[in-house]
Amino acid sequence: MGKTLFEKIWDSHVVAVRPDGASLLYIDRHLVHEVTSPQAFEGLRLRGRAVRRPELTVATMDHNVPTDSRTDIADPISRAQIEALSRNCLEFGIRLYDLASDRQGIVHVIGPELGLTLPGTTIVCGDSHTSTHGAFGALAFGIGTSEVEHVLATQCLPQRLPKTFRVEFTGRLRPWVTAKDMILKLIGTIGTAGGTGCVFEYAGDAVLALSMEGRMTICNMSIEAGARAGLIAPDDTTYAYLASDNRPFRPQGAVFGEAVARWRALPSDPDAAFDRTLTIDASAIAPQVTWGTSPGMVVDVTGRVPQPDAVPGYTPRDVEQALDYMGLRPGTPMTEIPIQTVFIGSCTNSRIEDLRAAAAMLRGRTVAPGVRVLVVPGSQQVRAQAEAEGLHTVFRKAGCDWRLAGCSMCLGMNPDQLRPGERCASTSNRNFEGRQGKGGRTHLVSPQMAAAAALTGRFVDLRTWSEASSIGGTHE
Amino acid sequence: MMTFVSHRGVIAALDRANVDTDQIIPKQFLKSISRTGFGAHLFHDWRYRPDGAPDPEFPLNAPAARGASILVTRHNFGCGSSREHAVWAIQQYGIRVLLAPARTPEGGVAPQERGAPARREGGASIPAFADIFRNNCVKNGLLTVELSEAEVNEIIRMVERFPGLEASVDLEHQRVVLHVDEELAFHFDIDAPTKDHLIRGLDDIGLTLDHEAEIAAFEARHDAQWSPGGGP
Repeated sequence: MGKTLFEKIWDSHVVAVRPDGASLLYIDRHLVHEVTSPQAFEGLRLRGRAVRRPELTVATMDHNVPTDSRTDIADPISRAQIEALSRNCLEFGIRLYDLASDRQGIVHVIGPELGLTLPGTTIVCGDSHTSTHGAFGALAFGIGTSEVEHVLATQCLPQRLPKTFRVEFTGRLRPWVTAKDMILKLIGTIGTAGGTGCVFEYAGDAVLALSMEGRMTICNMSIEAGARAGLIAPDDTTYAYLASDNRPFRPQGAVFGEAVARWRALPSDPDAAFDRTLTIDASAIAPQVTWGTSPGMVVDVTGRVPQPDAVPGYTPRDVEQALDYMGLRPGTPMTEIPIQTVFIGSCTNSRIEDLRAAAAMLRGRTVAPGVRVLVVPGSQQVRAQAEAEGLHTVFRKAGCDWRLAGCSMCLGMNPDQLRPGERCASTSNRNFEGRQGKGGRTHLVSPQMAAAAALTGRFVDLRTWSEASSIGGTHE
Repeated sequence: MMTFVSHRGVIAALDRANVDTDQIIPKQFLKSISRTGFGAHLFHDWRYRPDGAPDPEFPLNAPAARGASILVTRHNFGCGSSREHAVWAIQQYGIRVLLAPARTPEGGVAPQERGAPARREGGASIPAFADIFRNNCVKNGLLTVELSEAEVNEIIRMVERFPGLEASVDLEHQRVVLHVDEELAFHFDIDAPTKDHLIRGLDDIGLTLDHEAEIAAFEARHDAQWSPGGGP
């Protein structure tokens, strides 16, 4: 029987099997940021251990960083954590893209940008959204700080074989429906724990038709369905993205061509078997909006806030708690919920294509009165590209705040936070209680939906919204 | 790491599903570069009122739950972020054991299982603990016990009926015992390697470093393909 993409990567990275039965998986790339690493470096120091392969680790600062200034970090504790990463990288010889670097950005945006993320590799990071890199056919997953220390010391991780779960999106997406809607639909279908213990492989015509940015959006939120990793087989779209001159860590010259030839053997064999499979008709997916405090609490934009006893996978009590926090009443149409804030950013949706899509909606228009809009590019490279295309002017003229790169309001570790009760249309990945600020209310949507919410102060069905017909630009 | 063999202590109940790591330890407490000091911030946004006073409605603030070292909760506990700070906060608060149920919900769409003839009735099973969180627990010697939903219902009922109830958890014999008049015992399953790690408190990195020769040999044949290019 043939092998899956996952099995091919796994099999080519098993170094040994430990006496406790765990497979030692070799790690090709280790990405590090300031929040989950200080205790790992401290652990190395305490045991007198070195970093085994410093050249396979790359660090940046993203979670804590202010997005309005590169020099003024008002919070002394944030500053101390950022400075600790600088010291640790210097001491252990790790390459760091710090706040002064034009390569700084969200770790899951810069990895692919730099050409660090390659098909067939294993990639880890002390961050659950490491699954993003699976878009390139890399086995990439989030780890805890003890495991960060483990990888620094050994370049390996003890792992148990996960299950494989193939999710096929058949058909073609309708206009105004995006990769974000696909992944929200999946999470709404199988629940936030539906993929626990599994590695997803996303396949099907609707996935193949996506750009790398769209593929990254889908893989990014695999963890929101409980899976540590999600994969998409590499293809010509992948190779074209990697072939860009601006990917300094990819193989260069003739070696790149040889690598592509090897990567062509990675996709799952036709007769490979998966532990689980699920098929979703992409052509039937509508723009999605979350209504609750878990990414699985999601409906079509044409839907309504559900009745507590009518949500599969959640008990009536779960739903009541969520609606109480969100300040919503069952039966309210999603399009009648007013929002006060829009956040366009995060490792889910802050890449150039996301910004282009949002800018296409906002061009020549102004945001609704009283709505504050934060546009936070995923990296300084994305920011530079957007500015080269004049997108920053579009955002500013529309009344948006154009920021510097970072995680920003996705988790509000920096000053970009929601106030209690403030309701936000957000292109991020988690609508947990307090995620974007204590008492803040998050609705997860695509960049296009977020931009429309900025213009109207509420959610609109882009497919029937009269304003949408005059908008060109990208919509997958 | 801390070992876990057995433990007896007060059991408290947090009757809530899908408790995410953002709730266990909110982001404002992730800025520390130390491994300690997280216990005071466990469940911060639920545990304290806006004025900083303990919220009497939160179960761990009940007088009878004082000093609780065993927490029973609902399915998919620890979902979300990979932050190990969540495990540190739980441990530093004084909790040694987490109990939660796996759940098979009604409705929803279940994926097709390999070898299964057709879609199963009801949804796919929801695990007691999220994947990365559970892994982080093992690394730190925090025991996670998965029980059935009926068993957890029973335990939560008992905790509500007898505030301050004590329980014992014996990893060796894989048993949870509630110390009510007639002792109530529950058996739990745990995979052998995890059990062994917890009981012996092994140095996980040391175990891997025992394979130094194999790692070096692997690198010798693997590197040419995967070493990064030049970089900017």
